[in-house]
Amino acid sequence: MKRMQVSIEGNEAASYIAYRTNEVIAIYPITPSSPMGEFADAWAASGVKNIWGVVPDVVEMQSEGGAAAAVHGALQAGSLTTTFTASQGLLLMIPTMYKIAGELTPTVFHIAARSLACQALSIFGDHSDVMACRATGYAMLFSNSIQEILDFALIAQTSTLESRVPFLHAFDGFRSSHEIQKIDLIPDDQIRAMIPVEAVRAHRMRGMSPDRPFIRGTAQNPDVYFQARETVNPFYLAAPAIVQQTMDKFAEVVGRRYHLFDYVGAPDAERVVVLMGSGCEAAHETVEHLVGKGEKVGVLKVRLYRPFSVEHFLAALPKTVKVLAALDRTKEPGSLGEPLYQDLVTALAEGMASDKSPFSKAPRVIGGRYGLSSKEFTAAMVKGVLDEMNKPSPKNHFTIGIHDDVTHTSVDFDPNWTIEPKDVTRAVFYGLGSDGTVGANKNSIKIIGEETDFFAQGYFVYDSKKAGAQTVSHLRFGPRPIRSTYLVNKANFVSVHQYGFVERYDVLKLAEDNGTFLLNSPYGPDEIWDRLPRPVQEQIIKKKLKFYVIDAYKVARETGMGFRINTIMQTGFFALSGVLPREEAIAKIKYSIQKTYGRRGEAVVKKNYEAVDGTLAELHEVKVPGKATSKREFPPMVPPEAPDFVQHVTAAIMAGDGDLLPVSAFPIDGTYPSGTTRFEKRNIALDVPVWEPELCIQCGKCSLVCPHSVIRAKLIDEDELAGAPAGFKRAKARWREFPEKQYTLQISMDDCTGCQLCVETCPAKDKSQIGRKAINMKPRLDMPAELGAHWDYFLTLPDITRNSGRSILDYTKVKDVQLKAPLFEYSSACAGCGETPYLKILSQLFGDRALIGNATGCSSIYGGNLPTTPYTVDADGRGPAWNNSLFEDTAEFGMGMRLAVERQNAYAKEIITAMREELGGELVDGLLNADQTTEDGIEQQRKRVAQLKDKIKNRRDPRSLDLQRIADQLVRKSVWIVGGDGWAYDIGYGGLDHVLASGRNVNVLVLDTEVYSNTGGQSSKSTPIGAVAKFASGGKRTPKKNLGVMAMSYGHVYVAQVAMGASDAQVLKAFKEAESYDGPSIIIAYAHCIAHGIDMTKGLQQQKLANESGYWPIYRYDPRLKEQGKNPFQLDSKAPKSPVKEHMYNETRYRVLSQTDPDMAERLLRAAQETVNERWQMYERLAQQDEQEIAKEQEK
Amino acid sequence: MDLSTTYMGMKLKNPIVPSASPLTEKLDNIKRLEDAGASAVVMHSLFEEQINQESQVLDHYLSYGTESYAEALQYFPEAHEYKIGPDEYLNLIQQAKSKLRIPIIGSLNGVSTGGWIEYAKKIQQAGADALELNIYYLPTDTDMDGTKVEEMYVEVVRSVKKSITIPVAVKISPFFSAIANMVKKIADAGADALVLFNRFYQPDFDLDELEVVPRLVLSNQFENRLPLHWVAILYGRVKVDFAVTRGVRTYEDVLKGLMVGAKVTMMTSEILENGMKRITEILGEMTRWMEEHEYESVKQMQGSMSQINCPEPAAFERANYMKVLHSWRPDPTGKRM
Repeated sequence: MKRMQVSIEGNEAASYIAYRTNEVIAIYPITPSSPMGEFADAWAASGVKNIWGVVPDVVEMQSEGGAAAAVHGALQAGSLTTTFTASQGLLLMIPTMYKIAGELTPTVFHIAARSLACQALSIFGDHSDVMACRATGYAMLFSNSIQEILDFALIAQTSTLESRVPFLHAFDGFRSSHEIQKIDLIPDDQIRAMIPVEAVRAHRMRGMSPDRPFIRGTAQNPDVYFQARETVNPFYLAAPAIVQQTMDKFAEVVGRRYHLFDYVGAPDAERVVVLMGSGCEAAHETVEHLVGKGEKVGVLKVRLYRPFSVEHFLAALPKTVKVLAALDRTKEPGSLGEPLYQDLVTALAEGMASDKSPFSKAPRVIGGRYGLSSKEFTAAMVKGVLDEMNKPSPKNHFTIGIHDDVTHTSVDFDPNWTIEPKDVTRAVFYGLGSDGTVGANKNSIKIIGEETDFFAQGYFVYDSKKAGAQTVSHLRFGPRPIRSTYLVNKANFVSVHQYGFVERYDVLKLAEDNGTFLLNSPYGPDEIWDRLPRPVQEQIIKKKLKFYVIDAYKVARETGMGFRINTIMQTGFFALSGVLPREEAIAKIKYSIQKTYGRRGEAVVKKNYEAVDGTLAELHEVKVPGKATSKREFPPMVPPEAPDFVQHVTAAIMAGDGDLLPVSAFPIDGTYPSGTTRFEKRNIALDVPVWEPELCIQCGKCSLVCPHSVIRAKLIDEDELAGAPAGFKRAKARWREFPEKQYTLQISMDDCTGCQLCVETCPAKDKSQIGRKAINMKPRLDMPAELGAHWDYFLTLPDITRNSGRSILDYTKVKDVQLKAPLFEYSSACAGCGETPYLKILSQLFGDRALIGNATGCSSIYGGNLPTTPYTVDADGRGPAWNNSLFEDTAEFGMGMRLAVERQNAYAKEIITAMREELGGELVDGLLNADQTTEDGIEQQRKRVAQLKDKIKNRRDPRSLDLQRIADQLVRKSVWIVGGDGWAYDIGYGGLDHVLASGRNVNVLVLDTEVYSNTGGQSSKSTPIGAVAKFASGGKRTPKKNLGVMAMSYGHVYVAQVAMGASDAQVLKAFKEAESYDGPSIIIAYAHCIAHGIDMTKGLQQQKLANESGYWPIYRYDPRLKEQGKNPFQLDSKAPKSPVKEHMYNETRYRVLSQTDPDMAERLLRAAQETVNERWQMYERLAQQDEQEIAKEQEK
Repeated sequence: MDLSTTYMGMKLKNPIVPSASPLTEKLDNIKRLEDAGASAVVMHSLFEEQINQESQVLDHYLSYGTESYAEALQYFPEAHEYKIGPDEYLNLIQQAKSKLRIPIIGSLNGVSTGGWIEYAKKIQQAGADALELNIYYLPTDTDMDGTKVEEMYVEVVRSVKKSITIPVAVKISPFFSAIANMVKKIADAGADALVLFNRFYQPDFDLDELEVVPRLVLSNQFENRLPLHWVAILYGRVKVDFAVTRGVRTYEDVLKGLMVGAKVTMMTSEILENGMKRITEILGEMTRWMEEHEYESVKQMQGSMSQINCPEPAAFERANYMKVLHSWRPDPTGKRM
């Protein structure tokens, strides 16, 4: 049979088998497992059938708990059913997993194993999630490579059907789920041959049917539960043998042989490491290397971890073993050791106690942790462990790969020790997300993998920043299967796709001697040398690198490629690396372009072809001089004034040296200082806004909308500007209340992302040249350097909102809000983000007394992803206290904060009441009866609290000691629950509903992008009808949930629907009203998003159109008005004046449907218009409610 | 009454042909136009740059933000296929041909020579009875002189004619220094008909928002004079068929068009505004007028009022211009100022 070789990622491999061998697939997006569901959904959408000729039903649920329950139901009703998940998602499935296992139901859950949220969330890979399922009764099968993921997915499927034990099929998140390798696909007839037909039929017959009814899922009492629980034992006892039989059958049918435990190494090994997952591959190649050098070492790969077969385990080990090291990719604080370690100890103890032990003397077992959160696990680390095992008293409960200087668990390794073979091309590419580097590299892997006999591997390291994100691609091509499951650490080809990188980072760190260095440079071969920083020059000389430049942006400009230099740099790689003959490579690149872009139209293919053709003429070798001539060094990561922690920890992470930080560098409980983004000047904007004071009407709109808080304004006295640097821009203030003051608006160019929202929103146009506004984009490179100093100077100017303006300014006016310093700044959100302006407003209005519970999602990533975080403090050191618990529990999490605030406030009041005499009646009465409804009132209360603290500061009585800690709670706090629509409409809705119903004084801000943005655009219940999203590739068929109306139905909830682009003033009103309302409030804020497929500079315009078409009416529902006999519902939108098509078809999410299924697009467009019409009528009715009616209702 | 006419060799049952517009984007509408009495239809224009742009826009937004951030490597599901490019358009021609009896004239609006030829061939393959080249070119480049522009037009017509066998009509704007010569050149390049004239859509200027905005204004009857004038002048002098388009609103306009020498008159704004029934009404009114005035056929009147057949040929030339200018008097009420 002809081999079907493909280069695919692990997720696709798992999904490939799962899709072909199941009928129902219930899913929910979670990184890094989401692509498995997305592949399945895409196949179903294009009608791909499973091996029984049926298109599986792929359904997205509201949470992983929901997905597991749907799986359970489908299984119970007799269908072959599967799901994909990871991390917290798997944890949410655990309750159902006990049920599925307890009922002996065959199914496979495919898991891209990922860290759990502990001191912090991490999206990366380890086994913490899978290990948390050990007690569920699921069998656990681990895959170590992409080929194994494909193979074990099928072995698991067969085994579960044969054994009736449900399976977790796990592989390492990112390292395996996202690594691309060339593998042999399993054709359908082989899959069919592997599936036990009778077992499938038996499964169907066990399914629920009213034609042969039974009851399953009873409740049992102490008399029988125990015995009934023991009935499953025979199935678990039989399972290992069944899996081995299945593996044997797989070897017969497919030709690849596996065992429950696979040993690799010296037959007379004395030291054997035991592990599971991708780390086995690194251990495998290391052991082979060391055995080649005569060392008596080995590795035991655990395939079937549950049920654990002692017999098979012992049989797999050489009799000569003296030391075993169990390596766990998880951590169980407080345990006697991590799971695999404990199992090995037990297995050996039991083995020694039986007569089956191969050992005359029990080997010593040590255990250690490695690779948490995708921490690198390299050949050097494997060797480090093996070396440790050689010691007379090797460390137990060790760690490898980090430096633990606190409890000294870490074992040493030599990071420079490498076994990268010479005949393997190892290439590293530094790019930006937006330049298409990763896509091009994925193509290169496919070209080399599928068109040559070489094996290929690709792994991609992404930024956690969403704007200006950097990518590093690690590619290997070689004559043998590639087992190096770690980043390239010696590269013979280094390609830098952005010139700016060479000026800032050590991009040649990984380059090996005599390697090739390709740089995308605006400077030609004669000019480039003198431009390079000294460390770069030195490395080129020292490592004898062959150095080439190409002006890729020139080629891109000339061929209409814009910023996408992907195919150009790809051509450069093929031309220089020699992996393929040049002509052949170019033909293959073109073929691959046709394959990749052909369906997007000829024009796209053509410009890519032209780019390829234009490349070679621009590719030049640079003559490298004998010595470094440059005097320039890399700039410091953070400014010298940054605090100690930032200097030593944050800066190291920023520099890419986080791996080198020791344990002691880190906070013990996940607590980090606020306001660190200000130290990370990223300088990513190509164009930046420039203010024109003479045109400006000082309205504040640009500042309000700036997603990254880089546009700020102040009112100052002329004399305060005495020290202003030359050219510092200002204008006479246009405030009636402050006629004498000067107004200045400044821009932090280093923090700007160049999104242009400011320019788009600016209403002031030059009367002689309407294209010129009061703020305009200009090239960053043309900006004079002193503007940086202007910003620094601006930050030192006094803040009117803290003194004379405090009682005068009105924060329901955009004009006044611009004067309040944002306490949310320079986040890593996308350029032009539609969410962050709302958060900035929140921080401006209430940040100094806000507690924020943030749902997981975009807002928790740009809000809390290391190295630097955007929530910051004011001049008094006050600012938002922010925390992220989980995705699903945020409403409840926030409500807990409210309860805490209230109890501590009550306790503080209790104490001061009791201490009235000591503290003075006037102060106590003032504190107890303070009016804190205004800025001024709150400030007065803060002063009283300061007095109070001063009075008790030296007291040591228990009440005073308590009061010292909680006195601040006497100042009104503002509790905010923030999340996206995935949280509010789907996974967190139950909790949100409960919290709103509770009547407690919390404020909910829903940043509604109408899609799961952070995980890549999956449909939520907020996704509108007609929109294409993942899991709704044929266009969403049902309308968006009307969350606002649902919340209004309680009557006691303040509800506002807002859109910055529709009315910024209404947004401010809603924030003020929601916060002041002594009860639950919810603001549903339209947030345009990169996932809408729009021109992000026109985000506000889209919001405006959505509003004007009636799609997104803005309104406020204030229960307080009802009490006043007024209509609580205020419709702030005018009647729709344009059809919904006008805003919808500006967005790819809608328009793309008209390109894939025009008839459906038209039907859904009509339905969308009807929904809008109906909803509008309802809003109008609500708005016209008669006041008498309301009064009557109130009376009732 | 014999309303039949011929246009580029096609026999048509009457001289009313709906011109390229969004009306012909749907098979349903095309059928209804036939039912209302249209003798042929010009399909909406296939815009070469629109196809290119759709392809580029789709690619841009499907790629935008991808492969940047580990959790969201793509934002859209990649579809099996995208219906961009001429396929939909060509399918529609095919369907129209199988469902309708009247001739279907494809319409092509292109930018590059390669594109014109490629798409013209495809339109012919799809079964169109004829092709209208809608050459809409704005020579905004201050370095491009008139000769070059004219050469470009001629080259397009010549190369398209060379590559297809169905008749080709060319729709042009009136903005040429020597329109009569230009029409002749296009005819010499092989055009079977000239459609006079294309309208350029100029943007409007919004005083409240200080913005330049696109604003479509339907043609009015007064605009009819320009094509009538030029067809009248060129009829008989340049051996091609003429079609009058722009501001054909009433049966009188149709009759005038025929009398100055057009083989067909093309109508869109009137149908867009007042419905397809207008075709039926106008055909009825035309017939009645012709009966009252004892005409027997359309052919009888075609070209009867052209310059070569007109008793007062100077009415079309400069003398007429002076006469009209001098006939103007200020409005005594001042209202028309």
